[in-house]
Amino acid sequence: MRDYIYNFWQGLYTILVGMKVTFRHLFIPAVTIQYPSVKPQMPERERNRLYVNMDDCIGCDQCARACPVNCIEIETVKSIPGEDLGTTSNGKKKALWVTTFNIDFAKCCYCQLCVFPCPTECIYMTDTYEFSEFQRENLVYDFVTLTPEERIQKKKNFEEMQAKKEAEKIAAAKKADEDKAAQANKPAETKSDNKEENKQ
Amino acid sequence: MMYDWLYNLTGSEILAMFIVSLLPLFVFILPFALAAVLAERKVSAHMQDRLGPMRTGYHGILQTIADIIKLLQKEDLVPHATDKALFNFAPLLVFMGSYAAFAAIPFSGFFIGSKIDLGIIFIVGVTGLVVAGILMAGWASNNKYSLLGAMRAAAQIISYEIPTLLIILTVIMLTGTLSLYDLSEMQTAYFWNWLILGGPAVGLQKILLIPLMILGFLIIYTSTLAEVNRTPFDIPEAESELVSGYHTEYSGMKFAMFFLAEYANMFAVSAIVSVIFFGGYQSPFGYLGNTLGWTWLVPIEQFFWFTAKGLFGVFVQMWLRWTLPRFRVDQLMAFCWKYLIPFSFVILLLVGLITLM
Repeated sequence: MRDYIYNFWQGLYTILVGMKVTFRHLFIPAVTIQYPSVKPQMPERERNRLYVNMDDCIGCDQCARACPVNCIEIETVKSIPGEDLGTTSNGKKKALWVTTFNIDFAKCCYCQLCVFPCPTECIYMTDTYEFSEFQRENLVYDFVTLTPEERIQKKKNFEEMQAKKEAEKIAAAKKADEDKAAQANKPAETKSDNKEENKQ
Repeated sequence: MMYDWLYNLTGSEILAMFIVSLLPLFVFILPFALAAVLAERKVSAHMQDRLGPMRTGYHGILQTIADIIKLLQKEDLVPHATDKALFNFAPLLVFMGSYAAFAAIPFSGFFIGSKIDLGIIFIVGVTGLVVAGILMAGWASNNKYSLLGAMRAAAQIISYEIPTLLIILTVIMLTGTLSLYDLSEMQTAYFWNWLILGGPAVGLQKILLIPLMILGFLIIYTSTLAEVNRTPFDIPEAESELVSGYHTEYSGMKFAMFFLAEYANMFAVSAIVSVIFFGGYQSPFGYLGNTLGWTWLVPIEQFFWFTAKGLFGVFVQMWLRWTLPRFRVDQLMAFCWKYLIPFSFVILLLVGLITLM
């Protein structure tokens, strides 16, 4: 009988204790935030979407080689003599046109390994984390600042230069042959000519 | 009275009756349900340190209206294997049961749907329709969860009607009336005339009655809470066990009918408790209308007090919901039969002895 009354009292009393707790919480400010309109402060060394500052990129391909999942794809074209590509912010002279710089964020594992090898610190993590897409292809980001026509142009320029060089080479070889034919009686000189050509 | 006044105004009995019977629904229950659903969400959110609905309107005040519009647009699904007639009729029956209770609830001295002498017994009887409706819904749904929920609901509501009725019987013994109107009129003037504080009794009788009445109030509040299937007594619709109990198969407006009935019931039981123990529509400290000599103000004040008491009861129901975990079925039955019923019998006996003094 004593237990019975005690149970009844205990039940009543603990309900009141619980009600006190919930009532106190009624006036505690909410710990949640209104997410899309209010965003939480991200930690300083967060790892989210990558960004590549193409002004500083020298096309060295180190990030692509560091990537454990091969999500970075880089193609470069040599500049032709006389073209000025400018310098990076830390003073390095750029020598390559970067015609492809794709990062596939569907593959990216956000490990930040690509960030450390970069000699010009042009690839880095941003605080953007809302970039979901309906199509997987849309997650392939193209960072190259050149227009598609320009990229083709650069390649063409390089090929033309290459072709020109080739043509020069052939012309030089022909000339050398002609010289050889003309000066067949002076073999020593031709040898030295060939050497010079190889050096070039 | 409202009916007489409308009869004089319109000159037609039918029209007056029609308006009187529709008034509580459109003036009271629907706005109350809209507000209460939102209040429930806000109260629950703030008790859990959240914010609740915030997008529709200022702090989400239009959320319920948006939900109702959504429910209205929904397809009226009737699963293939259901018993169509019963399935369609059950939500109506549940709503009828809880709405009929409002007929005998005195909103103020001026507005009471029907001033019947058996008011409180009528309410207890007519809310029995809710059990029938719930059982009907569970059976007709042809779904194991629905049927389990309905059976639990029937067992629970019928069990908990016993302590409710025993406490009501105690009050009837003390006051000698079954009419809710007379019961409210009896507790007029000041709050020490309320039955929770012994009612109009004086002297030693009053002092002896107070603890018994407080205990009686706790018992009837608990058992009516169980009758409206609210947490911690929500085993008929226990989400984590039975999907959502007897209204698992319902959608759209039929589901909304169950919802409306639940909220109407919540208010009805707090109104009954407030009429029995807290003086119903009576003000705790006189009326401004009487002091100023504006008699027309008194019913408005009474309506205000009545709603305030009822809404506070509803708030405490919500408060309990977010405080207590759900009972197990055996605990639920043990609580009713081993604690509430013996205690209410003891109260009945003691109050009977006190009234003999």
